[in-house]
Amino acid sequence: MLWLQQLGQIGLRFVSRLGMSLVFLIHALYGAVRCLPRFSLVIQQLFSIGVLTMLIILVSGLFVGMVLGLQGYNQLVNFSAESSLGLVVALFLVRELGPVLSALLFAGRAGSALTAEIGLMKATEQLSAMEMMAVDPMKRVIGPRFVAGLIAVPLLAAMMSAVGVLGGYLIGHGQFGVDPGVYWTSMQNGVDFVDDILNGVIKSVVFGFIVTWVALFEGYDAIPTSEGVSRATTRTVVTSSLAVLGGDFILTALMFGGL
Amino acid sequence: MTVQDPTGQFTNPMVEVSDLHFAFPQRSIYQGINVLIPRGKITVILGPSGCGKSTLLSFVGGRLRPQKGRVVFDGEPVPTRRGEALFTMRRKMGMLFQSSALLTDLSVFENVAFPLREQTDLPEELIRILVLMKLELVGLRGARDLMPAELSGGMARRVALARAIVLDPEMIMYDEPFVGLDPISMGVIVKLIRELNDALGLTSIVVTHDVHEACGIADYIYLLGDGVVSGHGTTEQMLNSEQPEVRQFMQGLPDGPVRYHYPAEDYLDDLGRAI
Amino acid sequence: MKQKTIEIWVGIFMMIGIAALMMLAFKVSGSAGGGGDVYRINARFENVGGLNEKAPVMIGGVRIGRVADIRIDKEDFSAVVGMDIDSKYDNLPSDTGASILTSGLLGAQFVGLDPGAEDLYLEKGDELEITQSAIQLESLISQFMFSQAGKGDNSGDDDN
Repeated sequence: MLWLQQLGQIGLRFVSRLGMSLVFLIHALYGAVRCLPRFSLVIQQLFSIGVLTMLIILVSGLFVGMVLGLQGYNQLVNFSAESSLGLVVALFLVRELGPVLSALLFAGRAGSALTAEIGLMKATEQLSAMEMMAVDPMKRVIGPRFVAGLIAVPLLAAMMSAVGVLGGYLIGHGQFGVDPGVYWTSMQNGVDFVDDILNGVIKSVVFGFIVTWVALFEGYDAIPTSEGVSRATTRTVVTSSLAVLGGDFILTALMFGGL
Repeated sequence: MTVQDPTGQFTNPMVEVSDLHFAFPQRSIYQGINVLIPRGKITVILGPSGCGKSTLLSFVGGRLRPQKGRVVFDGEPVPTRRGEALFTMRRKMGMLFQSSALLTDLSVFENVAFPLREQTDLPEELIRILVLMKLELVGLRGARDLMPAELSGGMARRVALARAIVLDPEMIMYDEPFVGLDPISMGVIVKLIRELNDALGLTSIVVTHDVHEACGIADYIYLLGDGVVSGHGTTEQMLNSEQPEVRQFMQGLPDGPVRYHYPAEDYLDDLGRAI
Repeated sequence: MKQKTIEIWVGIFMMIGIAALMMLAFKVSGSAGGGGDVYRINARFENVGGLNEKAPVMIGGVRIGRVADIRIDKEDFSAVVGMDIDSKYDNLPSDTGASILTSGLLGAQFVGLDPGAEDLYLEKGDELEITQSAIQLESLISQFMFSQAGKGDNSGDDDN
């Protein structure tokens, strides 16, 4: 009986948090729209969540591409199909790894920082102080971060895919001597702009939305103590990573069929 | 309990709190309190920790909604929804938070300039003059380029004070302004509260549990305890009060109406059971 | 001063991001915007083998279009392959032939067009008449095996 009650509690808590986060989302979107006239605020946030995440994205993208090159070549060469290496690497990156990995890295690097920052602003009464200065934190604090997240994640995903393709080329051509022309042509023949590139971009926009939303909500909703903020930061990474992976499954099924 | 008004200073008060009831889900805060804040005076709200002194400021600032009773600021009921009406009212009040609440990513100068930049379209040169004037007032004109992390607690509070008065509010609320300060900084804050009140003609509300400092600056004192106003009066009236709750708090007696012991069963029974 | 450095960095960030998007659009997918104007021609095959939609359509190794759809004619059960040809190649002779070829031994399959000599050009909706089906590796292998088996028996006899 007890476990049933606990299950019910978990369910209720989940639904109430979901509801709270939806209300928050509406306020945040409204704040995002109102903050647009002062775009310098968005630019500041683009710096702290975009530029500072760029390096980790570029480096991981390169390594992911190189690993794909190695693994792909070693498998394809069994079927004498190493001419398709470029296609394999590009499709993996553009459709899946680019959007998903960059969203996960963004959650770990920028999402957790967003949560901690906003949680600490709450804990040190900065948000209350803004309200008392007749400044709406949704417009001044949450809005610009939301817009910046929406802009940054798709760009980061594109960077990761592009660098990954180059990494695959580095291994394919440099290590295994795949002909450059073959590498790029097989890619260009097989990768479709609408089906693959555009769908990948749509995915990364959705992921950016999810991660930024989760991170801002967790920060805004954090219990204003150091323990509460640290918990909220953990929750941001866990929740947004799960949401990205789950969302990826749904989006993939919708875009590429299979369900 | 209603407020007696022998001196007539409570006609047309700045803030009027009447019959305020409020409870958080786990904890009752107020069971009907009445507070009048006279204009142009320093009113101190005293009370033990956790009695809801600071919460009172949230009601005056419209950040919480009373479950019963009403809060009136400057003749108008305090609206409690986010929105223009509330923000218009808040432009007439400044607030100094216990943690200073400086925006950590902005310099001292930008922190003080923040309300100006957000609320007005003043030219940069005018903003500079206004900010430097307020910083001079709190004696920190030379610290304008420091970041909040580089300030001591007392300095941070003075910057926050400069920020709270930069829009020339009619009323300023101090939430525990004396907590965690060394004697010198404490003296500076006391002096500033008094000077600002007299020089700018402000109405001040000071929330504190520090009886000594409170008596030093208060024109009028309210003592909160157990969800009601347990006593109020001028500083002398309070110090000489025979009311047991007031006497215990003002003189810092360990036992009185507020018990020394947390409620528990009989001591000997408790021990006997353990043995 | 600080604001300026931030703005420059954000500018760099946006530049790299947009460059990456451009690279994905042009270098990786080859055909931005899904290709411009195309016209559709059909070809009827007995067997399309492993041909996929989006496979390239080539003349002499140059890509001129792609396979848009593959379906079965309900009456004679032959496979009909619809191909989108870039409209800049609007002068394909009407007796052009189509064959399904494989790049490399086991690579992806594509449609190779073999231009004829007619003065009339193919137009939208036309059907190619000369087609050659995909070479089926299984049948090739079995043919080869049979002939080898025959040879092996003979040579064995000779040795003894």
